[in-house]
Amino acid sequence: MSANILTVDDSASIRMTTKIALTNAGYSVTEAVDGADGLTKAKSGSFDLIVTDLNMPNMNGLEMIEALRQSPAHTGIPIIFLTTESDADMKTRAKAAGATGWVTKPFDPENLVKIVRKVLGR
Amino acid sequence: MTILDPIQVFRTEAAELFEQIESGLLDLLHDLSNQGQIDAVFRGLHTLKGSGAMFGFEALAAFTHHCETAFDRVRKGEVPATSELIAAVLEAQDHMRRLVDNPATAFPETGDRLLAKLEAAVGSNAAMPQSSDHAPSSAKVEEPSTATWQIDFSLPANAMANGTNPLGLLDEMAELGECTIAVNTSAIPALDVIDPANLYLSWSVTLTTDQPRSAIDDVFIFVMDDMDIQVKKISPDTKGSTEIVPPPAPVEEAAKANPAAAQANGDGKQSKSAENVRVPAERLDELMDRVGELVIAQSRLSQLANTSVDIQLRSVSEDVERLSGELRDTMMVLRMVPIAQLFSRFRRLTHDLARETGKQIELVTEGESTEVDKAVIERLADPLVHLVRNSCDHGLETPEERIAAGKKPAGQVTLVARQTGGDVTITIRDDGRGIDRQRVRAKAESSGLIAAGATLTDQELLQLIFEPGFSTAAQVTNLSGRGVGMDVVKKTIEALRGSINVTSAPGAGSEITLAIPLTLAIIDGLLVRVGTGCYVIPLSAVEECLELSPENDVKSRGRSFISLRESLVPFIRLRELFHTGTKPDQFQKVVVISTGSERVGLVVDQIIGDHQTVIKAMSKLHHDVATFSGATILGDGSVALILDVGHLVTAGQQQEAQMRIAG
Repeated sequence: MSANILTVDDSASIRMTTKIALTNAGYSVTEAVDGADGLTKAKSGSFDLIVTDLNMPNMNGLEMIEALRQSPAHTGIPIIFLTTESDADMKTRAKAAGATGWVTKPFDPENLVKIVRKVLGR
Repeated sequence: MTILDPIQVFRTEAAELFEQIESGLLDLLHDLSNQGQIDAVFRGLHTLKGSGAMFGFEALAAFTHHCETAFDRVRKGEVPATSELIAAVLEAQDHMRRLVDNPATAFPETGDRLLAKLEAAVGSNAAMPQSSDHAPSSAKVEEPSTATWQIDFSLPANAMANGTNPLGLLDEMAELGECTIAVNTSAIPALDVIDPANLYLSWSVTLTTDQPRSAIDDVFIFVMDDMDIQVKKISPDTKGSTEIVPPPAPVEEAAKANPAAAQANGDGKQSKSAENVRVPAERLDELMDRVGELVIAQSRLSQLANTSVDIQLRSVSEDVERLSGELRDTMMVLRMVPIAQLFSRFRRLTHDLARETGKQIELVTEGESTEVDKAVIERLADPLVHLVRNSCDHGLETPEERIAAGKKPAGQVTLVARQTGGDVTITIRDDGRGIDRQRVRAKAESSGLIAAGATLTDQELLQLIFEPGFSTAAQVTNLSGRGVGMDVVKKTIEALRGSINVTSAPGAGSEITLAIPLTLAIIDGLLVRVGTGCYVIPLSAVEECLELSPENDVKSRGRSFISLRESLVPFIRLRELFHTGTKPDQFQKVVVISTGSERVGLVVDQIIGDHQTVIKAMSKLHHDVATFSGATILGDGSVALILDVGHLVTAGQQQEAQMRIAG
C-alpha cells in the first residue's frame, strides 16, 4: 500500500530529487512550491507524511508546521524537515513547531527514504 | 521524450537564483536598508548552497557558504549592508556562475581573491567559519559483539501529535535483535481528563543485539532531546552497568550540527504561482514542430475537401482547420515569455559599465511585461547588449561634460518594449551627445562607403553606421569596438525578420528602434501566384491589395508607380524580378506592403488567399538569397518561398530613387 507524501520546497531540483527517490521507493508524491502552497495542499489532500524545507518564500516551513499542527485534522501527520548543517538552532525551533524528524542537507536520497520509512513505521 | 535530469534542473534553478540574487543586490544598492531584499538575497544564497551541495557542486557550496554567512550577518544586523559588500557579492556571483556552468574555468585563486574582498567588506574581524567542517564523524564506536541492553523510556506527551509513532520505535528496536517489551500504563489518567492526542505510556525494553550502542540511539534520533531514556548494558557485564542519561546525540547528526545558528527568515516579496508547470524549452520546440506538421497536414486536408462534393468531409475539414488554428495560437502563447527576463540583465550591465567608465548611468525600463517568443528573446540578447553598450560608451557623456552641457550629471538609458500588432518594438534611447554627423560622414568617406561630398539625406547618413566595418569611436575602448559591429546587430535583427531604425538629435541623444515579429515559427501569410510559382507574403506586412488598372500599368520611361490616395507608391513586377517568362494574367494585382514608413507595391498574377505559413529555414546554400526569407510547404506538398518584405521594400525604394536621379 503506497503512502501519500507531500514534498514542500522552493527549490525545484530538491523537489525533484525528493520526488524521484520517494517515487522509486513506492510512495506517491505531490509537490508544493512554498509554505503557503504546502499548507493549502496539506489541508486539501490526505497525506501520510510531509517532507518540507524550512527556508522558503511566502510562508516558511516553521510557520507551515505550526499552522498544520493547530488544525486538529492534521495533528499526528509525521513531518520531516530538511535542514543544513548550519541550522542547529533551526532543528530545535522546528521540533518546537511540531516537526517529527529531520534530514540534513545535502542528503543521500537513500537516506531520505530510510528516514521516511522510519517515521512512517513499517 | 527528454528525461529530466536533476542536475539540469539545478542548473536552470541556479540561473534563476542568480537572477534573483542579482536583482536583490542591485535593488539594495538603491536602498541599503531594504530588509525584504536582504532576506531575498540571503535566501537565494542559502538555496544555492544547499542545492549545490546536493548535486555535487561542492566547490560552489563551499564558496557560496561564505557569501551566505556574510549576508546572514547583514540580516541579523551584525554588519551593515554597504555598497562595497554588495559589489563584492556581485563579483563573487560571477565566480559562482562559473562554478555552475563550467567549474574548470573557475580558478580557486579567483575565488580566494573574491573571498578576501568579501571579508574586507564585512570587516576583517569577521572570522569566516570554515566550510569544510561537515566531514562525516569518525565517532562510530565499535562495540564488542552481542550484548543485552535494558532500555527504559517515555516519550513527551505530544509526541504522537507531532507525528512520532511509538509503535514504529518499538518495531525498529525489534529489528535490531531479540527483544521483550513491557509497557507501563500507570500514568494513564482517568477517562474524563484524558486527552486522546496525548501519550501516557512508557516502556521498558530488554534487547539482545549484535548492533552497537549507536544503533539504539539512532532509533530515538528524532525524539532524543525531549524524552526520558535510560539505556543500561546488562551483559556482557564489563565494569558494572554503564548508564548514560541522556545518551550522547546520535553520531552522524551530532557531527553535522554546527553551532553556527541560522534563523528562519521572513517572507520575501516574490511569490510564485503554485499552478505553474516547468517544462524544458526543447519539449516546447518538439511540440511546436508537431503543431507545424499538423498545420501542413490540415492544409492538405482543406485542399482535398475543397475539391470534394462530400459535404460531411468539408464540414470535418473546416472543424479541423479551426481547431488547428486555435492549437497554433495556444502553442504560440505557451512559447511567450516576458521580456523582463532580457531586460533584467541590463541592470547589471549598466552597473558594470558605469564603474568601468566613471560615468553615472541610470537605466529605465518600460514595458517589461511585453511577451515575446522565447527563441526571439534568446537571439535578441546579443544585439541588445551591443546597443546598450554603445549607448553607454559612445552616447552618454561623463558627468563633467554633462554638467557643462547643462544636463544632470547622471545619463539615462531607457529600454522600452511595446507590442504593436504582430510585432514587438524595442527602443533603446539615451540622453547623451547624439550621433556626430560630421564624424559619420568623415569616416564613411575615408573608408570609401560613400563618395566624398555625396548628397545624402539625414536618415541615409545615419544608416551608414550599420555598414560593415564602421565604427566612429576615435579610440577603441574596452567596452565597444570588440569586433561586433552595428552591421552584425543589423544582420541579426534582419535574420529575425525585423527592422532597425535610428534617429538622433545632436546634443540630446539617440534612439534606436527595433521592430521584431513576435514569433519565428508560424505566421499568417498571403499566398500569391506569380507565373506558375506560389509565394507567401507575411500578412502583417500587407496593407492592401488592388487591381493593376491599365492606366496604372503603363510604364513611362521605366518608372512604375501607382497612385494610392494621393501618394505615389513605386511597384515591383515580381514577374520581371523572377524572370517567369510566362504570359501575364489579364488582370494583375498589386499587393501593397510596408515596413512602417516605406511602402512598395508587388505586382502578382493572382492572389490565392490566406495561408497559415509554417516557416522552414532555407538551406545553407541559399543563405545569401536576399529576396526570400524562408520557405513553406503547401497543402499539395509543393514548396512556396516566403518573400522578404524588408528587402523588397528597400529594393523598391532604391529603384524609385535611381529613377528619380536618372529622370
